Amino acid sequence: MNKIQGSKILISILFFLALGLNGYAQEQALGESTELTPNTQASSNVNEKEETSSPESKEAEEAVSLDSGNTAWMITATALVLFMTLPGLALFYGGLVQSKNVLSVLMHCFAVACLASIIWVAFGYSLALTPGGVDGSREWIGGTGEFFLKNLVEESQNGDFPTSVWVIFQMTFAIITPGLIVGAFVERIKFSAVMLFSGLWLLVVYCPVCYWVWGGGWLAQAGVIDFAGGIVVHATAGASALTIAWMLGRRQGYPRSLKPPHNPGMVMIGASMLWVGWFGFNAGSAGAANGDAGMAMLVTHLSAATASLVWMFIEWKKTGKPGLVGIVTGTIAGLATITPASGAVGPMGAIIIGASAGFVCYFACGFVKEKLGVDDSLDVAAVHGVGGILGTLMVAYLGVEGRFGGQGINLENSSEQFMIQAQGCLAAIALSVVATYIIVKIVGMITGGIRVSEEDETKGLDQSSHGENAYSLN
Amino acid sequence: MKLIKSIIKPFKLEDVKDALSEIGIEGMTVIEAKGFGRQKGHTEIYRGSEYTIDFLPKVVIEVAVPDDLCDKVIDTIVKAAKTEKIGDGKVFVLPVEQAIRIRTGEQGEEAL
Repeated sequence: MNKIQGSKILISILFFLALGLNGYAQEQALGESTELTPNTQASSNVNEKEETSSPESKEAEEAVSLDSGNTAWMITATALVLFMTLPGLALFYGGLVQSKNVLSVLMHCFAVACLASIIWVAFGYSLALTPGGVDGSREWIGGTGEFFLKNLVEESQNGDFPTSVWVIFQMTFAIITPGLIVGAFVERIKFSAVMLFSGLWLLVVYCPVCYWVWGGGWLAQAGVIDFAGGIVVHATAGASALTIAWMLGRRQGYPRSLKPPHNPGMVMIGASMLWVGWFGFNAGSAGAANGDAGMAMLVTHLSAATASLVWMFIEWKKTGKPGLVGIVTGTIAGLATITPASGAVGPMGAIIIGASAGFVCYFACGFVKEKLGVDDSLDVAAVHGVGGILGTLMVAYLGVEGRFGGQGINLENSSEQFMIQAQGCLAAIALSVVATYIIVKIVGMITGGIRVSEEDETKGLDQSSHGENAYSLN
Repeated sequence: MKLIKSIIKPFKLEDVKDALSEIGIEGMTVIEAKGFGRQKGHTEIYRGSEYTIDFLPKVVIEVAVPDDLCDKVIDTIVKAAKTEKIGDGKVFVLPVEQAIRIRTGEQGEEAL
């Protein structure tokens, strides 16, 4: 059975690769038209519509000489963002599950990271970050001209740092986003389904939304502010997590006889690595080693610290004891929430965002699990989805010039900006929910149901899916 | 010969071990265990969700002794492990048919 599934997956992957190579051959003729890519992510913190690529700006960027300081920082930031997933997110999630499933979660994060890297180079980068359409004006998806990075050479530049660094920096974002969704389906999903779902999701959800917001698509043109991925990363992951968790069904024994997190210490270690890595995520999204990056780092830290404390105090008040799992979950909520706003708010704005994150995400956890009754097992929707959306909306007010140290939005544009932000969130959520639904249906057909048998679930995925044991006596 | 099997609170292990050493007990086997009695389990709350923990961590100490030492050892264990709160544990005494020291082949009380 497993062998048959494995070969089906292999065939599907080969099929996609063949499609891409076909495109490769066709696009060769188009030549240079899509070689240069505008660094629109870095500029999306300011409300400027003319940032999307025009032939003139391409030529201008060609002339810029390489800045070694910026290059050094972007290389460092890239390493930090990869560190968020491997091992940060993997440990954070691994500690939250039962001891019989910890390896399966680490495996999900690791394998998804490898798969996303290859897909990003093959198709993702081109679809997400290079201009689409003959004249580069397509609004909903990028071009196919950079499939397999066929025009990338050592000298290629994105602004004043190498395109190779830009490709891998963005790759680490494409790695962590499907990685975040892992938290929704732990302890009960087939490994083959994880691989297929994550690969398809990256192409069908992540790439388009990334293009809309950072690649010069319709949301970028509308002037949406998403500095480091409140919409692109957290809203998409959160909405998709809720959808797949709902389709997959609850874990055995949910909610009353579930086992608690098997290793809160591991959760804390993972969360701390995420915190450190997040400096690369947010400050790296400045695209340069400058004041923007410095401020992004400061506000990121402040939001995380505030949200941690707020979460801790709520828990202390409600349950009588301040818990470690609680405080570090608050940290992640604070980090996810500041992400879209980290290029536009000041220190005090960050503290307000952090406090809101701790408060709103804490109650969102209870809402998803108890009111909706969806076993989004590790609270991806409540922490990342709700946090990302909250930050995306709050930046319209806290990013106003001079308000709590904010910058980038004029006061009179604030409500208009709010509508653009809300529109961005809704569009990303709509695509995430619909596409996730369809992908899960398709993956279910290929794998014969995405859920493992009851027996395998009882046994634990470490043994039943991977044949390994995390903790043994000798 | 008797086997004295005591189920105690984990944090009392050191006290019990020291008290037994003082009265000349030279060996024991310690097993980390889980279980519940009248104390029952407890609940833990993570991210606002309540989890019921049925089995609490306990430690089982097994000591094999000659019959004449049995009462003294039981007294010592009970005294050292007592906190007078629910969940202090129990002592079971079992008859031992035979004991063999593997290295030398000695049998009976000689082997203890």
